[in-house]
Amino acid sequence: MKTTRIYGIMAEFDSASDLVAAARKTHEAGYRKIDAYSPFPVEELAEAIGFHTNRVARVTLIGGIAGGLTGYLMQYWMNAVNYPVVIGGKPPHSWPAFIPITFEMTILFGGISAVLGMLALNGLPMPYHPVFNVPRFAMATKDRFFLIVFSTDPQYSPTSTRQFLESLGPRSISEVLS
Amino acid sequence: MDDVELASGRAPVIEPGYTFGSVTDKISSIVLTRPTSNGWFVGFGLAFLITMMLLFALGYLFLKGIGIWGNNIPVGWAFDITNFVWWIGIGHAGTLISAILLLLRQSWRNSINRFAEAMTLFAVACAGLFPLVHTGRPWLAYWLVPYPNTMQYWPQFRSPLVWDVFAVSTYFTISLMFWFVGLIPDLATLRDRSENRWAQMIYGMLAMGWRGSARHWHRYETMYLLLAGLATPLVLSVHTVVSFDFAIGIVPGWHTTIFPPYFVAGAIYSGFAMVLMLAIPIRKLYGLEDFITDRHLQNSAKVMLATGWIVAYGYGIEAFMGWYSGNRYDSFLLWNRLHGPYAFFYWMLLFCNIGIPQVLWIRKLRTSTVGLFLISLVILVGMWLERFVIIVISLHRDFLTSSWGMYYPTRWDWMTFLGTIGMFLAAMFLFVRILPMISIFEMRTLLPEAEVKPE
Repeated sequence: MKTTRIYGIMAEFDSASDLVAAARKTHEAGYRKIDAYSPFPVEELAEAIGFHTNRVARVTLIGGIAGGLTGYLMQYWMNAVNYPVVIGGKPPHSWPAFIPITFEMTILFGGISAVLGMLALNGLPMPYHPVFNVPRFAMATKDRFFLIVFSTDPQYSPTSTRQFLESLGPRSISEVLS
Repeated sequence: MDDVELASGRAPVIEPGYTFGSVTDKISSIVLTRPTSNGWFVGFGLAFLITMMLLFALGYLFLKGIGIWGNNIPVGWAFDITNFVWWIGIGHAGTLISAILLLLRQSWRNSINRFAEAMTLFAVACAGLFPLVHTGRPWLAYWLVPYPNTMQYWPQFRSPLVWDVFAVSTYFTISLMFWFVGLIPDLATLRDRSENRWAQMIYGMLAMGWRGSARHWHRYETMYLLLAGLATPLVLSVHTVVSFDFAIGIVPGWHTTIFPPYFVAGAIYSGFAMVLMLAIPIRKLYGLEDFITDRHLQNSAKVMLATGWIVAYGYGIEAFMGWYSGNRYDSFLLWNRLHGPYAFFYWMLLFCNIGIPQVLWIRKLRTSTVGLFLISLVILVGMWLERFVIIVISLHRDFLTSSWGMYYPTRWDWMTFLGTIGMFLAAMFLFVRILPMISIFEMRTLLPEAEVKPE
């Protein structure tokens, strides 16, 4: 009968406070492959599921530095090396005039890296995801809060995990099929 | 709400009594369920017709060349560059509201940032059109971009006009990304709330599978803050670079160091005026007074008053330097502004940008929607006149009397200028109809229930 695999067990909560408390308890109980969903950013939530740092800032820094170097070296090479032209009696390598574009390219590459870095690290775009199989999950973008324990967690068991989640006082519990 | 509440700044940025659900329903229903009103069709239709007029004017321009405009030597820059600077200045308010006010933790921005950002995009699009068509051969505009070519040469990077290409295109790209990533969580809301299969698919594809995971939010918040941090110096740099187009030149009235700060302040001044001109009718027509409250209008009015005075200081310094420099061309420029053939526009500029806005000192007017709307209109006219005065009055009488001349706009000048206003409004009409004009997820964070109670 069972042809589909269980992706995880999902519990639904009414408020951000309940979700954060539940996520904390789940993490304390030793579950590690968990995730929480909220309709707006909740600062404490990432902490509660044990997600402390992300690499977006690093990606942005690298992108910004690359942009600044590209901008400056591009101008230097084009106007001072490859095709030097004397304009207004200025030297070919008139660095003060190269600053505005160096600045703009730093911002441009930094900004693009921040956005693409965030999307890539988040694995987006991903139009299909097993959590969308739960009909009630449509409320996750409105006013409900969800916690999931993935079936890949070493502590996961269809019965005891379900019992554990029920002990957290959720509004509902659903199995997520993959 | 009473005056004391307003004055102390404690007036709510969102009226009490809302929940996550009702905020979501109220904003998303405008897009998803509310029937499109006849007024929308009439307004969009008119804006669309004016856009068609723009296309007609541009079509004829491409056929005949820029001789159909009134510009001619000595006034080689006229309506086109005036309109360019005016539009790009208007575009500054969006990024200011989204980025700078975010970094300053001004949470009242959450209900006006979305449509201010949309306004920025459309204004920058209108702005970008003008230098493009002013090149005369817009099909060769890609020559401005450094790319390996058979002519074996490169752009000349000591020219502020090339800086402008980089500044404006960077600004447009960053504004577009800022607006779009801000929309992603709301697009996911629309995807989940929509009943229509097509709408679900389109919003779904645009939302890219956003599901509100805590890990995603964590990276998202980092990214949003970084992008705001990058956009803040960017927005200040863009109008600085635009002002370099003038300040690097040696024309009297242009070659001055006051230009960058005074251009940036003027940009924010006109940008907030445009935000108010859009916010006041929109909040009335869509019943959003609970989200865009009197506090927003009051704060915007205060920003206009402050930036208006910076602009006034700029005018003062320009006049002072005309006298103090002892340079006969600069002092002639001052005389020419006050008494020359275009003197009427200079006086009108002082009246619109310094005179009239002083009524904003009166608290009653800062919260009167009609009053604010009219003052904003006056400021937008004044800021347009400022660019006209800077460009045309400086150019039409420069160093040699033998090369003096006059500039008169032709019907094509007017059609192109008014046409971009139509294009801007048509885009705004489409925006409020198909995308959430207020950031839903950021409004949710303003509700008291969003706070996590310590255990």
